[in-house]
Parts: sequence; C-alpha cells; structure tokens
Amino acid sequence: MSFPWAEHYTPKNPVMKWVDERLPLPRLVYNAVGAGYPVPRNLNYFWNFGVLAGVALTIQLVTGIVLAMHYAANAGVAFDSVEHIMRDVNSGWLMRYAHANGASFFFIVVYLHIFRGLYYGSYKAPREMVWLLGVVIFLLMMATAFMGYVLPWGQMSFWGAQVITGLFAAIPVVGEPIQVWLLGGFAPGNAALNRFFSLHYLLPFVIAGVIILHIWALHIPGSSNPTGVEVKGPQDTVPFHPYYTAKDGFGLGVFLILLALMVFFAPNALGHPDNYIPANPLSTPAHIVPEWYFWPFYAILRAFTMDLVIPFTGIVLIPAKLLGVMAMFASILLLFFLPWIDTSPVRSGNYRPLFKKFWWLLILDVLVLGYCGGAPAEEPWVMISQIASAYYFAHFLIILPIIASIERPLPLPGSITEAVLAKGKFEGEQSAPPGMGSDTQPTGAA
Amino acid sequence: MATEVQGTEAVMDEGEGVRRRDFINIAAVSFAGVGGLAVLYPLVTQMSPSADVLAQATTEVDLSAIQPGQAIKTVFRSQPLFVRQLTEKEIAEADAVDASSLRDPQTLEERTIEGKKQWLVTMGVCTHLGCVPLGAGEGENKGEYGGYFCPCHGSHYDTAARIRKGPAPKNLVVPEYQFTSDTAILVG
Amino acid sequence: MVRVLAFLVGLFFSGMLLLSFIWGGVAFVSEPPVPTAEKEFHKHPEKAGFSFEGPFGKYDRAQLQRGFQVYSEVCAACHSLHQVAFRSLADLGYNEAEIKAIAAARQVPAVDPNTGEATTREGAPADKFPLVYPNNVAAAAANNNAIPPDLSLIAKARHDGANYVYSLLSGYQDQPAELVRKFPDAKTGEGLHYNPYFANLNLAMAPPLVMDGQVTYGEGQPKPTIDQMAKDVSAFLMWTAEPKMEARKSTGIAVVIFLLFATVLAYMSYQNIWANKKH
Repeated sequence: MSFPWAEHYTPKNPVMKWVDERLPLPRLVYNAVGAGYPVPRNLNYFWNFGVLAGVALTIQLVTGIVLAMHYAANAGVAFDSVEHIMRDVNSGWLMRYAHANGASFFFIVVYLHIFRGLYYGSYKAPREMVWLLGVVIFLLMMATAFMGYVLPWGQMSFWGAQVITGLFAAIPVVGEPIQVWLLGGFAPGNAALNRFFSLHYLLPFVIAGVIILHIWALHIPGSSNPTGVEVKGPQDTVPFHPYYTAKDGFGLGVFLILLALMVFFAPNALGHPDNYIPANPLSTPAHIVPEWYFWPFYAILRAFTMDLVIPFTGIVLIPAKLLGVMAMFASILLLFFLPWIDTSPVRSGNYRPLFKKFWWLLILDVLVLGYCGGAPAEEPWVMISQIASAYYFAHFLIILPIIASIERPLPLPGSITEAVLAKGKFEGEQSAPPGMGSDTQPTGAA
Repeated sequence: MATEVQGTEAVMDEGEGVRRRDFINIAAVSFAGVGGLAVLYPLVTQMSPSADVLAQATTEVDLSAIQPGQAIKTVFRSQPLFVRQLTEKEIAEADAVDASSLRDPQTLEERTIEGKKQWLVTMGVCTHLGCVPLGAGEGENKGEYGGYFCPCHGSHYDTAARIRKGPAPKNLVVPEYQFTSDTAILVG
Repeated sequence: MVRVLAFLVGLFFSGMLLLSFIWGGVAFVSEPPVPTAEKEFHKHPEKAGFSFEGPFGKYDRAQLQRGFQVYSEVCAACHSLHQVAFRSLADLGYNEAEIKAIAAARQVPAVDPNTGEATTREGAPADKFPLVYPNNVAAAAANNNAIPPDLSLIAKARHDGANYVYSLLSGYQDQPAELVRKFPDAKTGEGLHYNPYFANLNLAMAPPLVMDGQVTYGEGQPKPTIDQMAKDVSAFLMWTAEPKMEARKSTGIAVVIFLLFATVLAYMSYQNIWANKKH
C-alpha cells in the first residue's frame, strides 16, 4: 500500500488465486500484515506492543464470548452465576481468570504502546490520524473495562457503578437526570446491570472496527521507527513477514508467559477482595478504588479539593467535584490535541535531549499518580496527587510547546540504514535511555 | 543461547545452515500450532454439562402410588420420564406380538427388569423428533396400540412403548435404572 | 491557536491544583490529621504457614476435613456456606456414602409434593449448603443487628484471606490499656469484642474458639488447640473459596513450561530470520 517497492501478492495456490480474483481478501491480509507491508528495519522491542494489544483483544473476545454463555445478567443471580462459572463450568475458572487478568494485560500493553508513541513522536505528522484513532480506542477500552467490572455484581462492581455514573451528576442542572438515565434507576440495579452487559458485549467489536481503521491509517505513511527519520528507500525496510512476524512471535511468547504466571499463580492479585462480597446497596466498602489501570485518572479526579470561587465574594463558579470531573476527562481528551501542541519537527526522543528528560519525568509522574489513585483519600496522598496532576497538565499543555521552541535537537542520521550501520561502528555512542534505544537487540545477530 | 547457535552455524557449510534454520522455524511454528490446539480444549469442553448439571443426573422415583394401569410423568435429566405399571392384559398384549416383526425388535422382557415385568420405565421423548407422546396422563390418547401416541407426527407406541406405526424409528428409550427397594427406583 | 488554548487550559488546571495543594498544606499544618486507634493498633494478618501456599502448594486433605469439622461444629450455627455444594466435599477425600450422610444431616428448602407448601427435606449431594437464616433481616434480627457473612468466599473477600481468618479467630484479646488511655472514645462498646486484626478493631462476633479441645479431632490428628482449630478452619475456608486451586496450579505449571519452550524456539527462529539483516 505504502511504498512502491512493496512486494506484490502473487498467489501460488490455485485456490487462493481463485479467491483473490473474486474477493481480494488474501491480498488485503498480505498487504496489511504479510510480506506486502514494508516496515523500517530498525524497530526495537517497543514496536511489539501494537500486535500484542491485538492479541490481548482477541483473548478478551474469545474468553468473553465463552463467559457470556454461562453468565446471567440479572442483579439477583449475577454474582452466583460467576461463582457457578468458577466452580461448576468445565474450565470456567480458567476462562474467568484469563478474562479478568487479560483485561489488565490489555491495558499494560496499551499503556506501553502509548508511551512508546509519546517517546518516539509517533503522533506527529503524517501519523496524526493513527494517533487520534488510538485515543478513540483507548476511550472505548476504558468504557468497556468499566462496564465489565460491574458485571460480577460484587461490592466494588456496585459502588464503582455508583461512583462513576455519579461523575456525570457533577454536571450542573442536567447532571442528576443524566445519572438516573444512565442507570435506569436511582441507584445501580437490574436495569444498569443489563445495559452494561449489553454494551460490554458490543463495544469490543466497535474497538475491533476502530483498530482496523487504526491499521489502515498506519499503512498510508507506514510505521514510524526509533530514529524518527522517514523511510527513504528499499534498503531502509524489510517485509513485515517473516521479519516482524518472527519478532512478534517471540514477543507474544514473553507476553503469554507473563499472563500465564498471573492467571495460574496469582489470579486475584490485580483484583480487589471486596468484589468477592455480593453487592450490598446498604453498605459501602471502606475504600472504593477502581481497577489499577484507572488509578492515575482517579487520582486526578480526587486531586481537586477546592471550589473555584470569585475572591472575597464567596460565589462558587465551579465546585471542586465538577473541576475534578472536568480535569479527569481533560487529561485524556488533551491527547487528541497532542499532534498540534508538540510542534518540534524532530520525532524521536532519542534526538531530543531536553524532551527526553521531561518524558522520563512524565513516566514517573504517571506512576506516582497511579500509586496515589490506589491509596486511600487521605494525606499525604491527596497533596502528592495534586502536585503530580499539576505536572501532568503542565507537561502536555505548557512544557511540551516550550521545549519544542527552545530545544536544540541532536543531528539526525541521514537515513534509517545510515543509523543502523553507524550503530555497529560506534557501539553505545547514542545516548538512548536504558531499554529504550534500538540497541536492545543482541548485536551478535547483526 | 542465540550466540551459541550462530557460532555453530558459522562453521557449518551453507546447505547445513539453511536446513537447520528451516528446522527451527518449522519447530517454532509447530509449537504455536500445538499451543493453539491445546487452547481449543477448554474452549470446547466448557460447553459440556457443568458439574451441577451432572450432579442432578440421577432421579429417584417413588412407585408406591402408581396403580396397575396408571402411569406418572416425572423428570429425568430435564426430560420427561414415563413410569407405568402395566396391567396383566397389557403385558399379555405386549407378549402376544412377535418381536422380530417389529421395526425395532425388542421383547417386553428386554425392556423391563427381570421379575418386575409390570414396571415399564421409558423416556417420554418420541424417537422421531423429540416431542412428548401422550398416554401417560389419565384420559389421554394412547394411540392405536394402547401405549403412547405422539401427536406431532402420529407415531403410535404399544403397551411396551415399542414403535408400531408412524414415522418414529425406534422404541421409546429405556434409561438405565435400578430398584432401590420394592417401591422405589433410581434412574441414571 | 491550539497552543494558546492549551496553555490557558493547562495554566487553569495546574493553577487550581497548586492552589488546592497550598490550601491543603495550610490545613495539614494548622490541623494535622488526628491519629486514630485503627491506624495505630490495627495489625496485618500473621502468617499461618499453610500447605497450599506457593506455586506448588496443595491442600492438606486431613486438615481440610478437620477444618470442615470445626466449621460444622462451631461456625455453621450462624454462618452459611451457600456457594458450596455437598458433592464438592469429595475434594476433601470424603466418599459418596459419607457425603450423602453429611448432606442428609442438613435440611434444605423444598416444596411439599402433595400440598405445594414450602417445607424442608433432607439434603442430597447435589444440593448446596442451605442458608442459616432465610434472609438478611432475619439474620440481623437474630444477631444483634450484625449479619453473619456467608463464608463461601471469605478467604478471597479479605486481603490475605486465609491468614486473615486464622489471625482473626486466634487473635481475640483484651483491649490494650494503652489504647484506652490514648483514645478513650475508642473503648470497645457493649456487645462488641476487641480484635486487632479486624478493620475497626471491634467486632460483633464473640470469640468462637474459646478453649482447646472444643472440637474433638479423630485418631492420629493433631491436638485441637485454638491455634490448630483456627488454622484448620482457615484452610477449609480457603478451599471453599478456591476449590479449583490445585487444578489451576498444575495446569499453570504445564502451560508455563510449554510456553518457555515455545518462546525459546520463537527467539531462535527470530534470530535465524534476522541473521543476515543488520538492524
């Protein structure tokens, strides 16, 4: 699709030839993830996570469809039906633990995928559309994960539904009617559970659709690479298959080992014990926390403790609760504007010394936010999350444009091939951060 | 490990190296295939009856209230089960038939437990397409042969619940059961 | 334009957060958070040292049976085990006849086949443990407003559940004098019992295990001290919460070994394919 030297599909098998002439699906696959897609030859392991995210979605779809065969979306029996899956259904425990931990691993690989994109400037022209669609996928994932967590109808399910729909109640005037409308009642109940189940089943297929658009948009300019220098000629690329299918196969093995370790040996480590208590509308758990992958955003939500008032009048313009909700949504929505906020023409963080420092600071910041989001809402966590949230917004909205205008990037290599060849000659000269540089490959293979 | 592999490859001649490489690639793909097949196992078995369904797979039936000529309809594995106490006349009618002339040749002896010939225990599921035949309830149509009659497509069963007329290919199924006492059976 | 707006939005949120921070800091200094009895005296569960810990851990069948005995004789009067079916007691090593007897000793809800009225009948192996109270209102009314939780999942419904149950059962004690001195308001109330392993230190359940030998263990079993009984019943409750644990771990070992081999092969294949390509 993208480069003139891409290999063309020539079916060897007469059956495939027959199919291809009538429906060029084999050709489409060949050009999308086969030998027909030329990919920069210098991708490092951080480029594995796109494929792994696709695998994670597949795991969720397969286990989810199986679980839906046994689950009952009724507030009276939902909790017991999950226990029925765990105790009586053949391999039911495996399906449920794989689905629950699979969700976490989906978020892990997507977060790594996002931060890869942030470091290597994958959001910059001409790949803005890839990035925008990625943010859409991320939003859909969050919605899907939230609704999935409600389904077991345990204490955290119930109170999570209550708290998250309560966010909408912060909107002035129409907020509370919106919450009641979302829940189909005045508190989470059977109506909410059923609609969440319906949407939880639907949204993953929407995600799959947007992923197709995401990959389509990617194939127009082709994949980015660790140098951020565009592909100049055939010598810069290798066919996706077998080069990157082999590398992704290895990455997949590592991913599955880690997932298996969690599923089989610590299946509840990432969950909250309270969700093994059936939903009880009369008693709130001591600490309501969402799943770990929402913690950074939960910390931002809780960091706003002060109303916006007109000084000396006491007139409240925006109450703290609404500020928190606005900030939480803004923290994700700002990613949509990132391609136009960061104006540096250099893509890769490898050649942006100042940007790189702040990127590491952002990683640290998000980890701190995550920790604070999982901690109880008391000091010092609230104060730490206030500082960390302030940095989060400042990083994207204030610091990035400033860096772009004052930074003096390092000289870029003339081409991908030049960078690859230079690396062999001057081992370790490039100052890539540990684990981030393209030189994580064993050099013996070169 | 990788460096070792490459080290040995370097001293090999070109042809050896190529073959060895192919072997490793084929092995890797085969492993992936085996893994994929292994994953199918839980995905397929999860649809089989779960432990709680299997645990319900036996049914006890109390026979004490069933008079000769009467039948009851109960449930075994979520399907209707007919338990009938035959009268002397019905037994005689069943025995009078030459079993070898039947579509599904079986004698009444073969369909009952030895010494308990009057107790006819069958599934209430027509062997044609799975409807519930009539004849177990008081006053229901017992068909032309005085046993059971399936209204869906007109299968007639005789007093030993053997198919005599109509589309059904087999006699009503006799499930496995045993007498736990003179007046009780355990089906399944 | 985008950058100007972004700058303003960033300034607004960051500014509000910094103001909140300063506000919170002032409050923190002027009114430091009050220490609470829960913070200072709550203890994390002690390690009981169970046989089922670790990736190769298995349940100790004899211990589960002892634990079931403790549950039946001590806990079952108030706490149900409503997710567990009698048939699954086969995992504990009971045979069919024993399970039938265990089930038959309990009455489960039924419908009278002649009158259609609600009644009870003897339990069968396919039944689940019956509820102790018909509903939460009855449970609360019979227990001074504290509803005894169902224990089927208790070992997964608490942090470090099995150790928690063990610590709680063996951890009843008099309220420390120091606590009452420092926090006079936190004195254990009427009808409550002090236990440092309970989240708010005072729970409604009276100490269930009060003396050694409260339950008589069979021949060749350890001495039924409070500690031993607490440990046994905790192990049993871990089993009720996670009956498939052994299958899970043994499957996991096979899966991980397979994946390790597959991954090594995948790595070698990857290196082979890239052997002539510098990258």
